[in-house]
Amino acid sequence: MSSKTKKFTPVQQEYQELAKKHEPKRPVLINCVKAFLVGGTICIVGQAVQEMFVHLAGFDEKKASNPTVAVMIFISVVLTCFGIYDKLAQWAGAGSAVPVTGFANTMSSAAIEHRSEGLVLGVGGKMFKISGPVIVFGVVAAFVVGILHLIFNPGATGGGH
Amino acid sequence: MLQGKQTWKFENRPVLIGAATVVGPDEGDGPLAADFDLVHPELDMQQKSWEKAERLLLEQASEFALNNAKIAKDQLQFYVGGDLMNQIISNSFAARTLGVPNIGVFGACSTSMESLAIASLMVNSGAGQYVLAGTCSHNCTAEKQFRYPTEYGSQKPPTAQYTVTGAGAVVVAASGDGPVVEYATIGKVVDLGIKDPFNMGAAMAPAAVDTIQAHFNDTGRTPKDYDLIVTGDLAGVGHPLAKELLIRDGVPMNDTTFKDCGLMVYDVERQKVQAGGSGCGCSAVVTYGHILKKIANGDLKRVLVVATGALLSPLSFQQGESIPCIAHAVAISGGKE
Repeated sequence: MSSKTKKFTPVQQEYQELAKKHEPKRPVLINCVKAFLVGGTICIVGQAVQEMFVHLAGFDEKKASNPTVAVMIFISVVLTCFGIYDKLAQWAGAGSAVPVTGFANTMSSAAIEHRSEGLVLGVGGKMFKISGPVIVFGVVAAFVVGILHLIFNPGATGGGH
Repeated sequence: MLQGKQTWKFENRPVLIGAATVVGPDEGDGPLAADFDLVHPELDMQQKSWEKAERLLLEQASEFALNNAKIAKDQLQFYVGGDLMNQIISNSFAARTLGVPNIGVFGACSTSMESLAIASLMVNSGAGQYVLAGTCSHNCTAEKQFRYPTEYGSQKPPTAQYTVTGAGAVVVAASGDGPVVEYATIGKVVDLGIKDPFNMGAAMAPAAVDTIQAHFNDTGRTPKDYDLIVTGDLAGVGHPLAKELLIRDGVPMNDTTFKDCGLMVYDVERQKVQAGGSGCGCSAVVTYGHILKKIANGDLKRVLVVATGALLSPLSFQQGESIPCIAHAVAISGGKE
């Protein structure tokens, strides 16, 4: 076994193996199907909203993406406030966590939860409790990718995307 | 008094003269709904915070317990209680409302039997005539403190448990009518290295097994002496594990009925509570609501309640520590031999 289990005594190791046997497995395949369905549905809704901005409000496809994201965030926050998003997530798993609506849910749920501790220390201080790491590691990853891009493709600076 | 290594025998037979339970909507929707004194239809109970709601549960359970015991507040000499919140704040605020000398205890979800054991010890030794023992938990305060914000969408694994929203309190008296506390076995902290806070049933099962075996060794009793042995909140994963361990060690658990409060308080299939219930309130509302009524009407003669507690903190599991666990057992009988 790995070094992780070495610290444990034989009695502990034996019990952990027994406990593993009794542990119901996560239904990975069904979870994947559910995630695909819900994640896909959220993306279809997003696409429909974007098309609406393009065809009804005269945005071009690129400019329509910002108001689309805003609408999706709004929908997610409303569903969070009414206590629906967490129930959806128990069923959908990654399907509701990965799209932008999941990120909006992390922030709004923390803000609602810690409202009782005041606006500054509660809402302000704890709003990023769950989403903070996403931002931190997102920025770090972007930095690394940016450096790699500069090293392997130095001519490509200054241009658009 | 001390019998064997870790068991107290209560020769003076402290009596449980009145108990009360107050629960939230999910418990009120469960199979034991009729046994509770009050069911709140909303989780927030019209309070401004989850913490205030949890405190209200304990205040109401204490008040109703005194009513059911038919004693006035000023007859009560001590109150022993605890809960899951940091610095056991629900207990302290409820004790402030009660205005009775207070001993705050912490045993995570084993607090129900820990407080009952101490209250019984006090009454048995003559330290008090009337002592109240109580505890509470709230699903949303526990989610907030130990896991994620309540409205955060995360998928829980099937081993996770659902914290009971509820409070139970009981008046222990030197004399009177009611079920009698015979023994209390105080558990050791047992840690077999389970680290997953979403699998606390498996973490706690060895602690329950240790205490149950100690109880039988110290008292000379066997499972046959009990109509019912209940664990606190081992739920769907931990309870079969505990049974397997006990039978492997030669304890004849098939001679008795072996159940778990976490599996009794909810309809686990229908109510989407993953493996079952947990929390201080879990064993408290099942014991003080359901089991004491069964003892009073003669359906059960003698019961061993083994409340189990996972003594982790969010800090300890984030630092990669395993989960230390404990179990305290209290033997309650109908009183008439």
